[in-house]
Amino acid sequence: MIEVFGVRHHGPGSAQAVREGLARLRPDAILIEGPPEADALVRFAAGCEPPVALLAHVPGDPSRSAFWPFAVFSPEWQAILYGTRHGVPIRFCDLPAAHLLAPQGGGERGVRDPIGELAAAAGHDDPERWWEDAVEHRPGAASQFEVIGEAMAALREGYTPDAFEARREAYMRRVLRATVKAGHERIAVVCGAWHVPALAGSPPPVKADDALLRGLPKVKAALAWVPWTYERLAIRSGYGAGVGSPGWYHHLFTVADRPVERWLGAAGAVLREEGLAVSSAHVIEAVRLAGSLAALRGRPLPGLSEVTEAARAVLCEGDELRVALIQRRMVVGDRLGHVGDDAPLVPLQRDLREQQRHLRLHPATREEQAAREEQVVMAVREERAGTVVRELELDLRRTLDLGRSHLLHRLRLLGVPWGVPGEARGRGTFRESWRLEWRPEFDLALIESAALGTTVETAATRRVLDLAPTGQSLGELAATVEKCLLAELPGALPGVLAALSERAALDADITHLMTALPAIVRAHRYGDVRGTPAEGLAAVARSMLDRIRAGLPAALPGLSGRAAGAMLAQVDGVHAAVDLLGDPAARERWLATLLAICDTSGAHGLVEGRLTRILLDAGALADAERRLARATSRGGGPARAAAWIEGFLAGGGLLLVHDARLLDLVDAWMSGLSGEQFTEVLPLLRRTFGGFAVPERRAIGERVRSGAGGARPEREIDERRAAAAGRTVLTILGRAHG
Amino acid sequence: MTVLRAHAEDEYAEELALLAKEDDRPRPPGWALSPWAVTTYVLGDGSRITPKYVGARRIVEVAVATLATDRALLLLGVPGTAKTWLSEHLAAAISGDSTLLVQGTAGTPEEAVRYGWNYARLLADGPSREALTPSPVMRAMAEGRIARVEELTRMPSDVQDALITALSEKTLPIPELNTEVQAQRGFNLIATANDRDRGVNELSSALRRRFNTVVLPVPATAEEEMEIVTRRVAQLGRSLQLPETTTGLEEIRRVVTVFRELRDGVTEDGRTKLKSPSGTLSTAEAISVLTSGIALAAHFGDGVLRAADVAAGLVGAVVREPAADRVVWREYLETVVRERPDWHDFYRACREVS
Repeated sequence: MIEVFGVRHHGPGSAQAVREGLARLRPDAILIEGPPEADALVRFAAGCEPPVALLAHVPGDPSRSAFWPFAVFSPEWQAILYGTRHGVPIRFCDLPAAHLLAPQGGGERGVRDPIGELAAAAGHDDPERWWEDAVEHRPGAASQFEVIGEAMAALREGYTPDAFEARREAYMRRVLRATVKAGHERIAVVCGAWHVPALAGSPPPVKADDALLRGLPKVKAALAWVPWTYERLAIRSGYGAGVGSPGWYHHLFTVADRPVERWLGAAGAVLREEGLAVSSAHVIEAVRLAGSLAALRGRPLPGLSEVTEAARAVLCEGDELRVALIQRRMVVGDRLGHVGDDAPLVPLQRDLREQQRHLRLHPATREEQAAREEQVVMAVREERAGTVVRELELDLRRTLDLGRSHLLHRLRLLGVPWGVPGEARGRGTFRESWRLEWRPEFDLALIESAALGTTVETAATRRVLDLAPTGQSLGELAATVEKCLLAELPGALPGVLAALSERAALDADITHLMTALPAIVRAHRYGDVRGTPAEGLAAVARSMLDRIRAGLPAALPGLSGRAAGAMLAQVDGVHAAVDLLGDPAARERWLATLLAICDTSGAHGLVEGRLTRILLDAGALADAERRLARATSRGGGPARAAAWIEGFLAGGGLLLVHDARLLDLVDAWMSGLSGEQFTEVLPLLRRTFGGFAVPERRAIGERVRSGAGGARPEREIDERRAAAAGRTVLTILGRAHG
Repeated sequence: MTVLRAHAEDEYAEELALLAKEDDRPRPPGWALSPWAVTTYVLGDGSRITPKYVGARRIVEVAVATLATDRALLLLGVPGTAKTWLSEHLAAAISGDSTLLVQGTAGTPEEAVRYGWNYARLLADGPSREALTPSPVMRAMAEGRIARVEELTRMPSDVQDALITALSEKTLPIPELNTEVQAQRGFNLIATANDRDRGVNELSSALRRRFNTVVLPVPATAEEEMEIVTRRVAQLGRSLQLPETTTGLEEIRRVVTVFRELRDGVTEDGRTKLKSPSGTLSTAEAISVLTSGIALAAHFGDGVLRAADVAAGLVGAVVREPAADRVVWREYLETVVRERPDWHDFYRACREVS
């Protein structure tokens, strides 16, 4: 006797029905829709805690992989549990992953949700509710699976499956025939409802199925159990056969009774945990509203949309942030699955092994270390029994070392700090120094990251992208951009940059922007050097610069001396970054902004002086003397004038040595101070001039002494003695006869 | 003689009568229509019943279901999101009477939500029911109808809290006469409040707990908002008797775009995040910016609405708080407006007045 359980994938109603159906049927063999290669892995299921997924991949080709996720409310998982608990043999009957993953294997796995389609046809937005309303509560039906079978037969009338689907169903029939032949009598088949008519009806001849399955392309596929999360199960993680509300389904499947009351009670508890006042009266009113909303919509019981609306109007008081909290914590849920210790290696571990072999970089044990003395190994120290610390010097100009550096950086991003970067010996960006130490817990971290991807590169990319939008500060994000370049994760860069420009737009504190900009511009230049495509970095840098330009005039007035000093460093950093950016138009706008700031007084003297100096150095200032005179005139008070001078002269006194007019101005200002004023500004002046190099100070002093009184003696030029030197110079320039 | 504006239940009397005739679903006690029919009245049915509120169906469903559970309804939203409009039509459909209205202002006295006295009667005959002047809320309770409170958060807190007894005990004690008015079935209360304005009197949590909250959103799409703005600008221009001007759709679209982008904190193409200024930037404000722009163009310009005419009003609407908003506005100008190829005249006009 064969009974086909047509289910809705990840449908708690189906899962419940399958559990009851199996208990009633007591099968001696169970067939489940899934890759047959997983038959050998079923015995590990008992040690797994859902959500977990079967992962099929082609070793060495990360782009070809497929997942079969299972949650506790998946009918397939319930069938697996029944089989392993009662010792009933389980066989997977879908097309083997070896064919599925082959280059011409037939494209996407079917993502049709026929029960969802039926529900939508009946005007319901929640297929689970429709399933309960229309199928489970329908009186007089012998079995809901019969009803579903009939509905699917009607839905498939006149429908010809495409080649890929025909092959899948042919394979299912083939496994079914083989199971019958093996002598099993009561066989349960758990498959998508869509396939019921293909398995339960009168089967096509064996020959036709064999013809369909002949000569399929094939690759070497490997399977493994990997931990999964509800977040990944949800539609927004991007897998086709996802469910939007795994947390809600989990609740429906596991809760004993009164699902609506318990759900809203739990929602109240979630809000209370966040410190929001939610009383029992709130929950009572929410339950009532959900009930009357369901009545208004003509439904027998409130569903997810009704409880969500009720929570929104009563528990959350219309606040979308709280609704989002419930959505994230409850509707999707943050459950993470576990895979038993005895289960075989996950692909991520295997990929790491592969890369370690390829890059000749092994997590060495002591014996191996003795056998493998490479020239790159500088020192070996034993710290604990079994683990070995070694140091590694990398020369990034060598392909092998560059690959090693990428691997170590990527592992760090994955939360596996196998290598810790140290101080590089020697200068230059092409050297890196690492301390390597492998610890057992790294394997655990890799298994937990298995859901992120099948290779170190894809998993690290995924991790970076997952983290990017969450609460990182602007500075951290800028650092992440640099890390992405170091680890060569071009796939992660656009996402991180998007998060970065978003954060830059929302950050009200301009100093954060000013701190982050130099790192971004560095990354831009560095990316160019490394040949990493850093497209978009320049655009982000430019828009950040625009924001800085917009906010800077408002940020400057009213700064204290200490804050002005900090701001000075920021302005210098941004200015250096603007030069590095290599965009003349942006630079011009930046200088124009600085000029406008200098023209509207109000900034701290230190800052204004420094900005004037920047403009002077950039050649954007024609009237430096007038500005100096104005800044040092009596109107501003001596303290501000001294601060201005400090900012103006910061970072080198050569200007004073070579520009006599400026020196005169400074000299005149200083000489004009009264004794009391001079005492007042002396510490500031001392700080300014104390920062200059000793020869500079001496040169300035000599200048002042020789030029006292302003009448600087012009050095006499002896034309006769100079003639010989002049001729030589002209000869060198090739203009001796010109 | 004709009234300037008819009540909803008078203007749509035919539709209400039609629905009442065909409505065979159960009606809550005191309701003129079933909840289902009320929803249809508000949202329209595509043929005989015109839509009164254009927006998400779930909002109206939650509002109607709330009133059916005898919980009070609080409609929140920025100005110009049809809160008052929706509350009037809900009251008209449920009780056939939308006139039991209390307008909340800073000077609303407690008498407006409880009862007052007719002092001539009081002095002549002493305290009695006849000397009592009932408030709209009291009348709604006695007659089992819907009472409406406009701008609830503008009322002083002590006046707001006078509603608590009415909403939780469903009774209004009159200690002077040692009696009370008990609410009849069908009584409920719809309050509207503005959640963006500063300086309002926040509801006490005791009162807040008596309300289910429905937030009315701003128009969902740019097209929807364009439609509302264009129509209202044309209407206002006529009623203010402004001289005829050529109002390009282009200028309206720009203003609506600026308002939407700054309000949502993201550009229309969804690629650039923006800071939002402190003002509400409602649809109603966009309309007033355009109307004043038209007045400028008509009286001082060449009769064609240009970027320069709307720029000043626009900056005034965006920059409400001089320091912080100015930075927001300049950032927006520099990072978004400057980059748009066909917005150069607009950019220049805004730079001039900023």
